[in-house]
Amino acid sequence: MIPGPVRYRRVRSVDEAVVLLSQLGTDAKVLSGGQSLIPMMKFRLAEPSYLIDINAIPGLDFIEERGGVLCLGALVRESTLERSMLVRQRYPILHDTAEVIADPLVRNLATVGGNLAHGDPANDHPATMLALRAQVVARGPNGERSIPIDDFFVDTFVTALQPDELLTEIRIPVPPPRSGGAYVKFERKVGDYAIAAAGVFLVLDEAGRITQAGIGLTNLSYKPLRAVDAERALLGQYASDELLRYAAELAAQATDPVSDLRGPADYKRAVARTMTLRALRRALERAQANA
Amino acid sequence: MAARAVHGIGVPVKRKEDPRFIRGKGTYVDDIKLPGMLVMDIVRSPYAHARIKRIDVSKALAMPGVIDVITGEELAKANLAWMPTLMGDRQMVLPTDRVVYYAQEVAAVIATDRYRAADAVLAVEVEYEPLPPVLNPFDALKPDAPLVRPDREQKSNHIWHWEAGDKEKTDRIFHEAEVVVAQDLYIPRIHVASIETCGCVANYDPVTDKLTIWMTSQAPHAHRTVFSLVTGIPEHKIRIISPDIGGGFGGKVPVYPGYVIATYATLKHKKPIKWIEDRSENLQADSFARDYHIHAELAATRDGKIRGLRVRVVADHGAFDAAANPSRFPAGLFSVCTGSYDMQAAHIQVDGVYTTKPPGGVAYRCSFRVTEAVHTIERMVDILADELGMDPAEIRFKNFVQPHQFPYKSPTGWEYDSGNYPAALQKALETIGYQELRREQAERRARGELMGIGISTFTEIVGAGPSHTFDILGIKMFDSAEIRVHPTGAVIVRIGVQTQGQGHETTFAQIVAEELGIPVEYITVEHGDTDTAPYGLGTYASRSTPTAGAATAVAARKIREKARLIAAHLLEVSPDDLEWKDYAFRVKGAPDRHKTMQEIAFAAYTNFPLGLEPGLEAECYYDPPNLTFPFGAYVCVVDIDRGTGQVKIREFLAVDDCGTIINPMIVEGQIHGGLTMGMAAALLEEIVYDENGTMLTGTFMDYLLPTAVETPHWKTAKTITPSPHHPLGAKGVGESPTIGAPPALVNAVVDALSHLGVRHIDIPITPAKVYRILQEKGVAE
Ligand SMILES: Cc1cc2nc3c(=O)[nH]c(=O)nc-3n(C[C@H](O)[C@H](O)[C@H](O)COP(=O)(O)OP(=O)(O)OC[C@H]3O[C@@H](n4cnc5c(N)ncnc54)[C@H](O)[C@@H]3O)c2cc1C
Repeated sequence: MIPGPVRYRRVRSVDEAVVLLSQLGTDAKVLSGGQSLIPMMKFRLAEPSYLIDINAIPGLDFIEERGGVLCLGALVRESTLERSMLVRQRYPILHDTAEVIADPLVRNLATVGGNLAHGDPANDHPATMLALRAQVVARGPNGERSIPIDDFFVDTFVTALQPDELLTEIRIPVPPPRSGGAYVKFERKVGDYAIAAAGVFLVLDEAGRITQAGIGLTNLSYKPLRAVDAERALLGQYASDELLRYAAELAAQATDPVSDLRGPADYKRAVARTMTLRALRRALERAQANA
Repeated sequence: MAARAVHGIGVPVKRKEDPRFIRGKGTYVDDIKLPGMLVMDIVRSPYAHARIKRIDVSKALAMPGVIDVITGEELAKANLAWMPTLMGDRQMVLPTDRVVYYAQEVAAVIATDRYRAADAVLAVEVEYEPLPPVLNPFDALKPDAPLVRPDREQKSNHIWHWEAGDKEKTDRIFHEAEVVVAQDLYIPRIHVASIETCGCVANYDPVTDKLTIWMTSQAPHAHRTVFSLVTGIPEHKIRIISPDIGGGFGGKVPVYPGYVIATYATLKHKKPIKWIEDRSENLQADSFARDYHIHAELAATRDGKIRGLRVRVVADHGAFDAAANPSRFPAGLFSVCTGSYDMQAAHIQVDGVYTTKPPGGVAYRCSFRVTEAVHTIERMVDILADELGMDPAEIRFKNFVQPHQFPYKSPTGWEYDSGNYPAALQKALETIGYQELRREQAERRARGELMGIGISTFTEIVGAGPSHTFDILGIKMFDSAEIRVHPTGAVIVRIGVQTQGQGHETTFAQIVAEELGIPVEYITVEHGDTDTAPYGLGTYASRSTPTAGAATAVAARKIREKARLIAAHLLEVSPDDLEWKDYAFRVKGAPDRHKTMQEIAFAAYTNFPLGLEPGLEAECYYDPPNLTFPFGAYVCVVDIDRGTGQVKIREFLAVDDCGTIINPMIVEGQIHGGLTMGMAAALLEEIVYDENGTMLTGTFMDYLLPTAVETPHWKTAKTITPSPHHPLGAKGVGESPTIGAPPALVNAVVDALSHLGVRHIDIPITPAKVYRILQEKGVAE
């Protein structure tokens, strides 16, 4: 549990980080909260020769609504997200998520940016961001680009980020009226990754029909998963418990979990259904209360 | 000084050890830093079973800061490649030709710092030829099974066979029985997972020719003797110091290869050597606990009177028999498995078996396999109740050993010292509102909800000796205390046992405070240093208060008897005219004429009667006449989530009886901690291997320790039934909750599902396991 030799550089600006990244290429790793990277280095599953520490970059930890979009800086800590009144009131799904990530000690350091950039299907934010249709903003030597979340997760631990790109910001559309989201996770104990978890975001029209549905699933496939069929089944429908059950079933069918110490694959699929159903119900309640 | 409160027995004195822990000022082994100290790190086997074809250390040796790489071949030349285990087996320190478990020590790197050592470990090249692993004892016993221990004369994986009780009588009872229930139970391999891993700093000083080892040891004296026997160094030239120990739970009783290699290295290099395991090494290679495959049967009458118990166990001991049981008890005190119930006969058989898994079988917060015993009987009683359609509380009342039967001779030969089982269960049922809960359960069942109530009424057996029965490698299991009262009445107490969180420094001070009337803050308790503490067998198996606690009381009473003579001299009366009352010697009939212990202490050095030895000191080596038998009645209420299989503990009440209570706060703390560990064993913890014998649970991400979130709010209550033979009436308590909690939980979960035909679930009861049952029974959501 001792990491290999590594060189370390603390950068003060996004530009400095990007320059270093382009110079060092794949030998370098960005160090954010370090809560995924450092454990991997201790097990020598990751042996970068260079760490570029972005924690001292000022102003990268904003949580603010700008032009119809919630902007989260890459360095927003999970604990900050958890305590933000704006998030708690307007984005309960994000609050739900932050609250069940790891434990308070980890959350004090772990960043939202790192949680996405790690590309780990076991992480919780990817599912939420899929449900919310977020955009990921990255800065590279050629400037800034915005990546739709659907294109962001490529494979296990692989994202659309290039080795010389820094994730700088996450953008989430401001929730319209009659919308509600929820994240529900089942874990073996606190601090564990999910056996299964579901993030749901729903928008209703005035008549109560579902006009927008986002469902993201955690730790149920080789990469973070969007339950497209389940979303489609909800669209244009009046929410009934039957409909929610049907959607949850479709979501479970979309999963492709592996058997491991958290349980056999069929069990995880069953829990995926339960989590999706519970998240749908809670999201619906919140949407109805948000009229 | 005299005006201060004594704070003797029964007072919830705050723990003397806590200020240093709370302020981060404890001194653990890893805090020991000596000039010129080198660091050791260990190369470990990636295979569960393999032949070692070649070890090439040249690349590692060439790395900067690397001083040495030690292999089994080198140790063999010093006759140290093998070491004896406490169970009379032998164990590899470093292998010369083969490895027999995953993460086994293969070579040791000595370097100038920990990072260099870790890098060099990866540079040691070992060529293995994998051999087939043997991962469970049933496979190991097959005639064609690969031999785990070809070094033994006996060419099989069977280690020993052990029996207790009366076979013939038991078989007869089963033959005639109206009802017999049988069940297979597996109690999985788990790990003590102390927050402090194991390690040592070994320092040989060539000038004084003395070897000092700071070591994570629960039994420093016994370890010194073992070290002396293994290395040939005279015992007075070895000093073992257990500084603050961050949790022992039985895992720090065995001698690990790392200690021996570090000692060899300091003797070779004449420099201090530090070796501290990391978390994965600790989980992967240190002694495990449990791993018992049990087949149990109960014979009973149709109206629910238990008549006999028959148990067969196949015990997986891993590659070496390195449990830490008393010598004559290869299966520990498992034969106490008739529990709290009066029956005519019992017969127990246990077979120990080698597999290619790490050695151990340590008494994890349990005095030698009592957890396994209690789990067996508490599950079987519930299964019998289910068979007969009886309430689990009712069947227990019907079969309890009754208060008038004590001292009670159990069918396997134990003499239970004291108990009142019906009173404890009665108290538990009334406190928790049992009848009301049963009504609620019926209502919920009608609505399709799953709620269960579980009971466990266990009997513990703790405090080994007595010496006629108990020894470790021939050393009798007594324990000791030495008390010195200084002229101002301040006291130093030295004990042969070693605290790892139990609060000895407080509890033992309170015993002396009570016996001598000296305020507890003037009493210091020292332990853990073999150069200064009296010889003792150490702390495990809840033995400290039953043995060293008794020794402390007896030594204090010896001091009091001498003090009586000095008081008589000071008061100019005959010793017979004095009585010890309200913490002073008082003249009978004139209680105002008195001398306190502080006054007497001063006189012991300044004004003692002619002919009396000066000073005020005493010691006692206490050989207990019997063990003590704490007991308890636990009730647990659970709800099961039909959508996930999750077991939610709604309520847990523990009624404990440990005889006289010295410090109620410490006792409650011990109970809370033990319940939490017991809950974890029931619901979370298991060491898992894959089909190659690779351990899959080598981090806290996978080996699941509970946190405050998983831990319910424990409710505790007590009854007090003193031990008739202990000088204070006290029994052990540290392990009761770890032992009593798992069956209460399992019984509750099974109770929630019993109407669906469920009779037993092996621990740990994971959500996945429960959900599968819900699916099978058609009630999953
Ligand atoms: C005990 C424990 C339990 C955990 N449990 C959970 C859990 O239940 N749910 C959960 O979601 N997570 C969990 N985590 C993971 C934790 O949330 C991680 O911290 C998080 O996933 C990564 O964030 P970080 O800031 O720590 O990133 P780091 O560990 O610093 O980095 C992770 C990866 O992302 C890259 N990276 C980071 N920031 C950027 C950036 N701005 N631009 C480009 N690349 C970047 C790094 O180079 C690295 O490859 C747990 C962690 C621990 C230690």
